[in-house]
Amino acid sequence: MAIYALRKLAFFLGAVFVASLAIFILIRAAGGNVAAIVLGKDATAEAINALAHAYGLDQPLPVQYFNWITNMLQGDLGQSFRTKESVADLVTARLSVSVPLALSGLLLGLIIAIPVGTYAARNVGKPSGAVLALISQIGIAVPVFWAGILLSVLFGVKLGWLPTGGWVDWRESPIGAIRSLVLPVLSLGLIMAAVLIRYVRSAVLDVMNQDYVRTARAVGMTRTQALLSVGLRNAALPIVTIVGLQIAELIGGTVIIEMVFSLPGLSRMILANVAAREVIVVQSTVMLIIIFVIFVNFVVDLLYGVLDPRVRNAA
Amino acid sequence: MTSAKPHAIEVKDLVVSNGDVTAVRGVSFTIPQGGRMGLVGESGSGKSMTALALMGLLPMGWNTHGNILHDGVDLVTQSDKALSSRRGRTLSMVFQDPLSSLNPVRRVGDQISSVIRRHTGADKRVAEAQTIELIKQMNLPRPEQLVRAYPHEISGGQRQRIMIAMALACYPQLIIADEPTTALDVTVQKQVLRLLNGAVRDRGSALLMITHDLPIIAAMCDTVAVMYAGRIVEIGPVQEVFRNPRHHYTRGLLDSQPTMDNIALDGSSRLVSIPGMVPPLHSLPTGCAFNPRCPAASDKCRETMPELGTDGINAACWHPIQPAGEVAAQ
Repeated sequence: MAIYALRKLAFFLGAVFVASLAIFILIRAAGGNVAAIVLGKDATAEAINALAHAYGLDQPLPVQYFNWITNMLQGDLGQSFRTKESVADLVTARLSVSVPLALSGLLLGLIIAIPVGTYAARNVGKPSGAVLALISQIGIAVPVFWAGILLSVLFGVKLGWLPTGGWVDWRESPIGAIRSLVLPVLSLGLIMAAVLIRYVRSAVLDVMNQDYVRTARAVGMTRTQALLSVGLRNAALPIVTIVGLQIAELIGGTVIIEMVFSLPGLSRMILANVAAREVIVVQSTVMLIIIFVIFVNFVVDLLYGVLDPRVRNAA
Repeated sequence: MTSAKPHAIEVKDLVVSNGDVTAVRGVSFTIPQGGRMGLVGESGSGKSMTALALMGLLPMGWNTHGNILHDGVDLVTQSDKALSSRRGRTLSMVFQDPLSSLNPVRRVGDQISSVIRRHTGADKRVAEAQTIELIKQMNLPRPEQLVRAYPHEISGGQRQRIMIAMALACYPQLIIADEPTTALDVTVQKQVLRLLNGAVRDRGSALLMITHDLPIIAAMCDTVAVMYAGRIVEIGPVQEVFRNPRHHYTRGLLDSQPTMDNIALDGSSRLVSIPGMVPPLHSLPTGCAFNPRCPAASDKCRETMPELGTDGINAACWHPIQPAGEVAAQ
């Protein structure tokens, strides 16, 4: 297991390096003169040169890349040209919105998808299974923003139970913060669940027909016991994989949901900074998100090794 | 009044079907306590479906009719829950492919001891001690280490011994072995069979051995039933059936077994095969299902299905082969 974990760690670090290079090239090298972009088309040449010099943007690109990476490793993500706020502060302020939103959305999706998908697999070929498959199919077709709007109209406007949007900070009122997160989490979770149900269903279906589930029954388990104790344990492998792959979807979903419910999250910050041509802020924040996605997949790989002895031995 | 010793299993008119497709068409046989029956036939003859029906482990969509009397109950009428309390305890099964049949993510020792705990209520430590003991009986090396191995870490022969240990853990009245050595290397087949043979004998269990390998039947069983297209076409004591087969299909099976006599290394093999193929279940010929492949088929065979036991002969055939002795006497 240790060798397996080390190998995966090396892979993780390699992936982060390649990603950082790709982002740097896409944003800096391919984007043109950063100082000119930041200042806009009316800026004078002197102003552009002054800004470029102040931020080290006149140095060769490899040097700039090296500085960016070494600063990041020391926790310095750069700062906004306009407000001079450090990117680290900008990001941490937004995480208290985005992290609970994304994690609760994913958790809700799993809590719904695992039992429902298992039930759908057990009832394949029966009306109840077909109805669930249909609902999941509809859920996949529904765009996440539309689900958000519908929920907000129902619970926010019609019933008036929850705010239709906006944000109350945790420090101000934890209950208020939770109330503003309920509908966004619900929209995100339901859409995640719709996708995950399909994968859980097919993973369980596949496992149900495996010889070892039959063996479990042959030595005394009922069909349900065999499915729950042997089947789900084995179906966990493909389900974990899918969850890892869905992380990127999840982040995409939070961007949209933060817009729909006007939440001051990370995604909205990035969009605002793209519009404001804050190259450094965008570059560092996107890098952080990519590191997060790669990290989740690293954790998934480790989980795979924990769940499946064949995987950890293969290393 | 003394009642006769109950049978390990008594199967009456077993029919296994899925919609219009019938895989087993009225099979009856009895295995006494401690008896050993072989079930032979080509792939698709209904052997495995018969076995799965006895266990109540048919795939989704398949239904069982008839009677399966075992341990005082008719298994056909039992719920999955009631059956599950018997499976692994009074009747159990060894499957063909031990790699796919063992749970890949659980240590083999845990897989065996959980069976013991489930059926005997023994606590963890007792069950683990019994597991070690069982593994020793299976002639497996270093039992204390082996219990901690995962199925993929041990050899095919070892895996099948683990399967056998699981099946035998609770001293079942009947063990069904479905091609238990087909997936193994030839070199270990014999060892595993010898072990299964001895372990079944030690426990006094009855055995239903499913195989297409006739020498295995000859070595391990006292009766043999030959299946073709979902029916038993011949049944009787092994020596009698193998020496003097009465059904042309049995004859054909015996003739197509390679022996040192009929394999010629120069390529001029005298190995005979039965012409044609097993008919698909949804389009069986009328009359005797074997008639298109049978050398002795007559119009009667094409019209009417022969039954087992007509004229006191345990072969479902209108033109049974005359035993060699009788021919000579005529």
